[in-house]
Amino acid sequence: MQHAIDIKNLVKTYKDGTQALKGVDLKVEAGEIFALLGPNGAGKSTLIGIISSLVNMTSGEVKAFGKDLVKNRTEVKAMIGLVPQEFNFNMFEKPIDIVANQAGYYGVPRKVALERTEKYLKQLQLWEKRNTISRGLSGGMKRRLMIARAMVNEPRILILDEPTAGVDIEIRRSMWSFVEEIAAQGTTIILTTHYLEEAEQLCKNIAIIDHGEIVRNTTIKDLLKTLDIETFIFDLDKTPDEKLLAALDARVRDDNSIEMDVPKSKNLNSVFKQIDEAGYCVSSMRNKANRLEELFVKMIENNTETKSSQPTPGGAA
Amino acid sequence: MSSVTFNGIKTLMRKEVTRIVRIWSQTLLPPAITMTLYFVIFGNLIGSRIGQMGGFDYMSFIVPGLVMMAVITSSYGNMVSSFFGAKFARHVEELLVSPMPNWAILTGYVSGSLFRGLAVGLIVTIISLFFTEIKIHNVWIIISTVVLTSIVFSLGGFINAAFAKKFDDIAIIPTFVLTPLTYLGGVFYSISLLPDFWQKVSLINPVLYMVNTFRYGFLGVSDINVAVAYGIIISFVLILGFISWYILHKGIGLRS
Repeated sequence: MQHAIDIKNLVKTYKDGTQALKGVDLKVEAGEIFALLGPNGAGKSTLIGIISSLVNMTSGEVKAFGKDLVKNRTEVKAMIGLVPQEFNFNMFEKPIDIVANQAGYYGVPRKVALERTEKYLKQLQLWEKRNTISRGLSGGMKRRLMIARAMVNEPRILILDEPTAGVDIEIRRSMWSFVEEIAAQGTTIILTTHYLEEAEQLCKNIAIIDHGEIVRNTTIKDLLKTLDIETFIFDLDKTPDEKLLAALDARVRDDNSIEMDVPKSKNLNSVFKQIDEAGYCVSSMRNKANRLEELFVKMIENNTETKSSQPTPGGAA
Repeated sequence: MSSVTFNGIKTLMRKEVTRIVRIWSQTLLPPAITMTLYFVIFGNLIGSRIGQMGGFDYMSFIVPGLVMMAVITSSYGNMVSSFFGAKFARHVEELLVSPMPNWAILTGYVSGSLFRGLAVGLIVTIISLFFTEIKIHNVWIIISTVVLTSIVFSLGGFINAAFAKKFDDIAIIPTFVLTPLTYLGGVFYSISLLPDFWQKVSLINPVLYMVNTFRYGFLGVSDINVAVAYGIIISFVLILGFISWYILHKGIGLRS
């Protein structure tokens, strides 16, 4: 099967000697939404920079739909749309010009470029602002402008580097819908995010990168299976007392809610029984959406511990 | 050239021209004011006391030099500010991720600077008509020299912008290199006025060849051989063009 992205033994060493990528292998299936997670400085942006031709690789191989990035750079570039983490458009230009010009750089004739610009600015609710100087747009609008710009060449692979950073919940959710919509149309999406809920909501497969290495590459479903504790929130009919909290080993969340870590081995019926016997009613219950976050933190901590326990070259015996 | 590349160049040219016209008070107006002052002070007030230079009245002698000086400054300034601005604000990445070949990116930017250089040259020439009559000896020499010179300094501005890391770096070359070369490049005088030694030193200044060839197109007189001057100017275009392309190819100052 041909992968949208196929990376083999990718190494990047910067001029100052920093090894940002240490032999990364990664495959992204065509048409999927793929999550790339990692702490700051893990190598995510370097990896994305290499795929989108903004960073030169030191060694290794990157293929997009079977085309080698080095040998067929023009063809590979034509397949990719990039939404970077930081704003990188001319703040003194209008959205309509920014998007239409980007289409032009990809060789789209002006008439078609303007039609597509209208289509994507409307889809991203920016059409009314098309003639506003971009500096005057809100943070969320600027981010959506970069998505419209990345989509205007109708790429087969869309790379989103933290696309929802700093946007409010409503806009974030509308951006998720947009991402799901374009993925349904066949666009492969690579997403880096700090909102793990976002990865859980949108992506099927996930790679976790740390210290320039892929520490885990699996499905989100399989990853979550490895989590042995889940956190639940119980909304009660009255304010819980210390006795209940101690009996359940729970924490107060707000006036009438408690938060409790429940091991998978424990039956939830027994929890309800304890609450009932203490004289409380559970009006609602929900899973705290931080499962992936817990797992991510554990994984990164384990990786850091492993690295620090390894003897360093030239270190004391 | 593929239609994809052609559309890319057209888009970049349109963007640059739109920018130059949009901020006309910063791009087109200042050289018009500066050169008007030169015409009034050097041409009218001081020039009338100087008498003849190279067989022509002083005002007629300096007009081609002042037009060329405006073209050089504008072409260089346009490229260095536009490309460094794009690099600094990172919107140059719009081009770096696109499938536009490196030579096409260079062509788009040079076209913008050429447009500004020629527009400023035309404005200054029109202003000069208020002060003196303009003779035209060979229009093709005028056009070819001004176009090639504008390209040379656009490419020079590109190289400066590529290596620049802060705004100070794009002010150093115009102040310490470009201005002395232009003032000592025969804009205001014929090098025949200089002692032998300084005449020979002047010959290493590339601006001298550009100004003199341009002046030859108007007046039919030159301090240097026009064929040699063309050879030198074209060599500069080819060498600086190759260096600029190589910078983009390797991503020097652009890709980590």
